[in-house]
Amino acid sequence: MSEIPLVSELRAKFGEGIIDVNLEAIDEWVEVTPGVLVEVCQYLKEAEGFRFDMCNSITVVDYLHTDPKKAAKVDWDPHLELVYHLSSIATKLTLVLKVKIPRWKNGVEGDLPGVPSVAGVWSTADWHEREAYDLSGVNFLGHPHLKRILCPDDWEGHPLRKDYEMPLEYHGIRGR
Amino acid sequence: MATSKIDDPRVIEFDVRTDEMLINMGPQHPSTHGVLRLVLRTDGEVVSDVEPHLGYLHRCAEKIGENLTARQWIPYTDRMDYLAAMNMNLGWSLVIEKMLEYDLPERGRHLRVIISEMGRIASHLVAMGTYGLDLGSFTPFLYGFREREKILNLFEEACGARLTYSYLTPGGATADLPAGWTDKCRQFLAEFKEVVPELHTLLTTNSIFVSRTAGIGVMSAKMAIDYGCTGPVLRGSGVYHDLRFHGEERYTEMYEGYVFDVICADPETGKYPESNYEFHGDSLDYPEIPRQAILGDCWHRFYVRMLEVVQSVRLIEQAIEKYEATSGDWGKPIKLVQKLPAKEAYMETEAPRGQMGFYVVGNGDSIPWRVRARSSSFCNLSVTAPLCQGILLADIPAIVGSLDVVMGEIDR
Amino acid sequence: MADFVNYILNIEGSWFGYVVAALVAAVLILHVVAVGALLFIWMERKISGRIQDRLGPTRVGGKFGWLQTLADGIKLIAKEDVTPDLADKFLFKIAPYVGLAASYAAFIALPFADGVVGLHINTAVFFVLAVLGLEVFSVILAGYASGSKWSLFGAMREAAQVVSYEVPLGMCVVVPVMICGTMNLTTIANMQAGFLTNWLVFNDPFTFLTAIVYFTCATAGVNRAPFDLAEAESELVAGFHTEYSGLRWSLFFMAEYSSMFIVSALASILFFGGPHGPIPVTEILGFAGDSLGNPGMEAFSEETAKNDGFFAATQFGLILSRIIGVVNLLIKGCIGVTVMMWVRWSFPRLRIDQVMTMCLKYCVPLAAIGFLGATTWQALDLPTGTTLTGSHRYEYHELWTAGLKDKVLLDQDETADSSEAPIPHENDTQTEVNKVPLKTVPVSVLKGGER
Repeated sequence: MSEIPLVSELRAKFGEGIIDVNLEAIDEWVEVTPGVLVEVCQYLKEAEGFRFDMCNSITVVDYLHTDPKKAAKVDWDPHLELVYHLSSIATKLTLVLKVKIPRWKNGVEGDLPGVPSVAGVWSTADWHEREAYDLSGVNFLGHPHLKRILCPDDWEGHPLRKDYEMPLEYHGIRGR
Repeated sequence: MATSKIDDPRVIEFDVRTDEMLINMGPQHPSTHGVLRLVLRTDGEVVSDVEPHLGYLHRCAEKIGENLTARQWIPYTDRMDYLAAMNMNLGWSLVIEKMLEYDLPERGRHLRVIISEMGRIASHLVAMGTYGLDLGSFTPFLYGFREREKILNLFEEACGARLTYSYLTPGGATADLPAGWTDKCRQFLAEFKEVVPELHTLLTTNSIFVSRTAGIGVMSAKMAIDYGCTGPVLRGSGVYHDLRFHGEERYTEMYEGYVFDVICADPETGKYPESNYEFHGDSLDYPEIPRQAILGDCWHRFYVRMLEVVQSVRLIEQAIEKYEATSGDWGKPIKLVQKLPAKEAYMETEAPRGQMGFYVVGNGDSIPWRVRARSSSFCNLSVTAPLCQGILLADIPAIVGSLDVVMGEIDR
Repeated sequence: MADFVNYILNIEGSWFGYVVAALVAAVLILHVVAVGALLFIWMERKISGRIQDRLGPTRVGGKFGWLQTLADGIKLIAKEDVTPDLADKFLFKIAPYVGLAASYAAFIALPFADGVVGLHINTAVFFVLAVLGLEVFSVILAGYASGSKWSLFGAMREAAQVVSYEVPLGMCVVVPVMICGTMNLTTIANMQAGFLTNWLVFNDPFTFLTAIVYFTCATAGVNRAPFDLAEAESELVAGFHTEYSGLRWSLFFMAEYSSMFIVSALASILFFGGPHGPIPVTEILGFAGDSLGNPGMEAFSEETAKNDGFFAATQFGLILSRIIGVVNLLIKGCIGVTVMMWVRWSFPRLRIDQVMTMCLKYCVPLAAIGFLGATTWQALDLPTGTTLTGSHRYEYHELWTAGLKDKVLLDQDETADSSEAPIPHENDTQTEVNKVPLKTVPVSVLKGGER
């Protein structure tokens, strides 16, 4: 894949901001720190030869085993992983960006972790981030109007988190 | 009173300004294609602001996916874009196959081309018909459904279902096409040939239709890309991008050896590719582009769909030939409880409404760790708010209809 | 009619005959409205079905589903009559009746054939248009009183649209009035007796143009697609009748379909010969007399009854010719309605600004051109389609009224000689027919009395 020059350029430009690169995965991915996310995205969108002008999707994967037995077996600590699928209409390239963040801000349960918003880079990220916020509970800092999109505004919890429990009732409707 | 002088011009403006009205268009409204709710801020007939509200059809498909095996989730993909369920099946099947690094036999490849292109025709027929309905023309809707019914009959024969097929599965399809199916399919294509010009007469070239759609909801190529619009919405803005040509290898190899055009106007000349395709012996002329039409408006989005239907027919004709030339295995479905590797895969396919992406994360179990559906209509709909500013109320159905959204796919 | 009743009951000159006549006329017209709506809704279903490549209703009432509307009517009557909380209750309830009353009232002055008219009015054209224009009040009331924003939108659109289209509509109607020199619909219709070429639509190119503009404006005036903005279902849910249900809802539809028929019938009277068929069969056979010089001819004449007996007074040939005339007019009206249906099921809907553009930029100038052109044509004495050679219709009429006036005055002085036929037209090719003697003088024409 032609992402190898891309990786070297990214490394040269952002240095410590690029945490990990996996070129053996089915879809090659690059992991960056939340701090450089917006700059990396801006660079990828505008850099000649790459021009990742389309943000296909923003996904949040919750890594958490609620079962302590299973949790003991895995080699990762609980965390959230943001996956940005980018592609380019100009150059037909694809790229996966990853950002790992803690499940809760400063470890306080209920405090949503923050990630800088890329809605300023791609307008489509607006709705994708709203969905990620709604379903997975990630606070996108700098998003123009971060509010729930699929669930009702007064819904409690973020359903795609692994420790989410359906509320017992919602406005008199039985949940469980 | 009469002698009082007003210095601040805004005072006059405030005096004559009428009240704005907030109106809920939907979730129960004839032209919001299901349960979309648009909150309109209007001053008389002029709409100043539109805010879409989603989620009335949210069925937690992604959460359910974390509790089912790959094959068990197929029926849930059916219910996303229920008008093109075959294409949803295909997208999910391909991503699982990508993860398992499974290669499909050739016969299955051609079968998938036939089925998914038939799905595209069926979906575009509904899009076209309901668009007519949005503009107050009933008849094309029934013409479209009449033809779609024939496709559904064929699908029913192949898989037993008429709306939610669950036919294409990871590994291939649940069954091979029944004997004599291809002949019936050919007969359908021959009949369908008569209908395309009819639809062009009723809508594409109808002057009222043109005046309602041409120059309305103009979206530049830059804006379309920025908002993540895909499919006919993107190509209607003159962006040459079709995953059947430009997608991942696993998807484009399905179309290897097929001859067809990407329907997209050249942004320089505004011309569409020449119709060099002999449609059952007749050369099929595309209707002229009306003078009022601007690249990226509702009319162009509609036109792209109308022309794509013909390209799909072209593909099916070739696919039937190739399918009949092969024999043997069509690709049996994977095991119901198939272990997925601890990897992740993302794959997009060109569904009728745009690029439908599926993302799956495995952890060595048969049940995926995370499932995600990137919906084409979701992104296409996000462009509504910027498009629907300062337009007339009657243009809202015209614009939303031209984006051709299916709420099942948006809310998932 | 009144004379006939009074004669039968032997109470000449009594008010009773007039009341009975009025009741009979009212009931008959009610049937036209109600049965007409039933028929047209069924027609609409069948026609739209055929246009859309399907069958339409097939079950209720035998093979063609002709009782489908009746079954629906029963269903609608049985439905709950819902009044929204936010509605202005009184106005909400009264609105459908206003609409129905307006379109019903317009039938009063609509002549189905010579003499077959609820109320003979000299200014029938004016009356029909004015009363039909009242229908807009029902839509505005319904939209305003529903307490729904969508209804209000529908009402606003309707008000804007109908008021605008009254202008070209009126200008088109003036053309036949000008050519015939009268606002009396019966006279206008009778001036087109004879062969197809006598129809005003073929009078000159400008009347042809005017007829087309009239029909377009009439379609817009009764809110039919592609001008059905007030109830545009893809934009306004159902527009002004969003909140209505059951019987009240169906009243709107009865009003709509009867207005459709009225404007079509009006078109046929003004431009397409009215009750006169393309070939004047009854006149050739000598049943009808020449209606031209003889507009007040009564099927029953009291005086003849007095002198020659009951059967002589009842001219069955004339009655037959009038029945044929009624059938002719109904067929023409139905054709007009069918065309409206055909248009509705073929075209998308226009946008409000396009509807206004259509009216102000196309219909009004075209109507003006039609009017000016037709006037010039008359003034320059250019050849017309009529067989009444050597004379303009309006002159003909003027002469006729002149004669009539004398006649009436004489009649009132009781010195009238009934054998002195007031036929001023000298070049008439149908003198044979014209010899049918005038038995009565149409005092009612001037008095505007009931028949």
